[in-house]
Amino acid sequence: MGKTLFEKIWDKHVVKQIEDGPSVVYIDKHFIHEVTSPQAFSGIEKRGAQIFRPQQIVATADHNVPTMNQELPIKDALSKFQVDTLIENCKKHGVELYGLGHKYQGIVHVIGPELGITQPGMTIVCGDSHTSTHGAFGSISFGIGTSEVEMVFASQCIMQSKPKVMRINIDGELKNGVVSKDIILYIIAQISASGATGYFVEYAGSAIRALSMEARMTICNMSIEMGARGGMIAPDQTTFDYIKGRLFAPQGADWDKKLAAWAALYTDADAKFDVEINIKAEDIDPMITYGTNPGMGLSVRGTLPTVESFADATEKQNYEKALAYMGLTAGQSLLGMPVQNVFIGSCTNSRIEDFRLVASIIKGKQKDPNIKTLIVPGSQEVAKQIKAEGLDKIFADAGVEIRQAGCSACLGMNEDKILAGEYCISTSNRNFEGRQGAGARTLLASPLTAAAALLTGKITDIRDILN
Amino acid sequence: MQSLQKITSKFIPLRIENVDTDQIIPARFLKATTKDGFGKNLFRDWRYENDDETKPKADFVLNQKQYSGEILVAAKNFGCGSSREHAAWSIQDYGFKVVVSSFFADIFKNNALNNGVLPVTVSDAFLQQIFAQGADDTLSVDLEAQTITIDATGAQEKFDINSYKKTCMLNGYDDIDYLLNMKPEIEAYEKTI
Repeated sequence: MGKTLFEKIWDKHVVKQIEDGPSVVYIDKHFIHEVTSPQAFSGIEKRGAQIFRPQQIVATADHNVPTMNQELPIKDALSKFQVDTLIENCKKHGVELYGLGHKYQGIVHVIGPELGITQPGMTIVCGDSHTSTHGAFGSISFGIGTSEVEMVFASQCIMQSKPKVMRINIDGELKNGVVSKDIILYIIAQISASGATGYFVEYAGSAIRALSMEARMTICNMSIEMGARGGMIAPDQTTFDYIKGRLFAPQGADWDKKLAAWAALYTDADAKFDVEINIKAEDIDPMITYGTNPGMGLSVRGTLPTVESFADATEKQNYEKALAYMGLTAGQSLLGMPVQNVFIGSCTNSRIEDFRLVASIIKGKQKDPNIKTLIVPGSQEVAKQIKAEGLDKIFADAGVEIRQAGCSACLGMNEDKILAGEYCISTSNRNFEGRQGAGARTLLASPLTAAAALLTGKITDIRDILN
Repeated sequence: MQSLQKITSKFIPLRIENVDTDQIIPARFLKATTKDGFGKNLFRDWRYENDDETKPKADFVLNQKQYSGEILVAAKNFGCGSSREHAAWSIQDYGFKVVVSSFFADIFKNNALNNGVLPVTVSDAFLQQIFAQGADDTLSVDLEAQTITIDATGAQEKFDINSYKKTCMLNGYDDIDYLLNMKPEIEAYEKTI
């Protein structure tokens, strides 16, 4: 029997299989950031151990950084201490750091791919659940906890039980106004926020093949939001074209050799998945979430479920709790509802293509005067590209300020937060209670839907603007 | 890592599904550079009105005096969301040794195991039986036998844990010591890449 893409890469990286236990899996690249690494550095020091392969680690500061005045010292004392601790730890242990002020700084899942560090066939980990993003290149990439960061520091390996494999096929053509964010929000709404727990997901089908690398990253990024250990897409010409020529991409003869190896990274025709799901691209509308987990999403033209539609008492109670938090009513439509904030950014949607999409909608128009914005490129490189393409001028003309690179309002950790009780159309990945700040109400959507709200001040079907 | 063999304790029932790690420990508390002291901020925004420790929310179970114990029992899909190990540290620091649910998110489960907090997965039906117990009733968890028992009724269920992790938990071993001892094998593997 043939192998799945996942199995091909996994099998090649198993150093040892512990009997009735996890596998010891070799890790090719380890990304770290300021929030989930300090306790791992101090852990390794307490053991008197060394970092085993420091040259396979890349660090950046992204979660706990301001997105304005990055050239000045960080104001918040705790944040400054955490960022400084990363600088010291990297210096002490010989880890490459693209910290604040560095031309390669940015959100860890944006910089890895754009610098050509992320490559097909690799195993990649990071102390961040959205590490699944890198799976878009045909790698096994997943988020880990801090004890596991310490494991990789100590041994360049991690202990993991082999997950089951699921394939989600999306075939057909997307409707106008529907982008990759809508695909993944649709999938999660279909299978729920826990529908892929225990699985590694491969996304396949003609609609996936037609997507750019940026769009594929958006999909793989949110795999964790349905509980998946990770998501991946088989590499193809789109992948190879994206990587070629990037800073850390293989060069010359090495490129040819790697390319030949990457071409074998696909699921064999006779390979078996534990679960397979088929989705028609034509069924997908622009999506928006209404609740407090990413599975609570619907078509922007849809209506919220009724309380009666939930079978058991706990589910009913949970739905009512979510509605109360969100200030919404069962059965209502969201279309036309005023929002106060638009956040365009995060490791899900802060790449150059996202800014091009938004610019295409707001060009020559003015933002709604009541909307507060956080428009945050994923990296210094993205910010540079925005300027190079003149998109910054389009945003400025629309009355919208572009910030400096970082995770920003995705997680309510740094200065960028949404006020309690206010709604935010957000291109990020989580709508949990308090995620964007205590009491903040998050509505997840695509950059197009966010751009529409930027102009109208309301939840808007982007197709009404496009037509 | 602390070892764990057997425990009999009252439990705290958290009848909420999809409890994400942002609820367990909100991101604003992740600025710490040590593992200590997270327990006081466990479920912070469910516990207190407007982030004010003098205003506990009466309807939240951690604030209800009749409930106590070293076992937390939660509805399905516990620990979803962010990979922050701070969630496991918060639960441990608060004083929980066992978390029971009908379904755990993968990363949380690993993080708990790596910190000596035992995640026990039970069936939906058994979970409902636990939730039906009173505040003074106890649960007994026996890791060696891999059983969880509702002491008042004698109802019992077996739970899964792989034998490697079980040995680690029973003895307080951790994975990093194991991996450090594997270095020659890892170096040999690297030569084959």
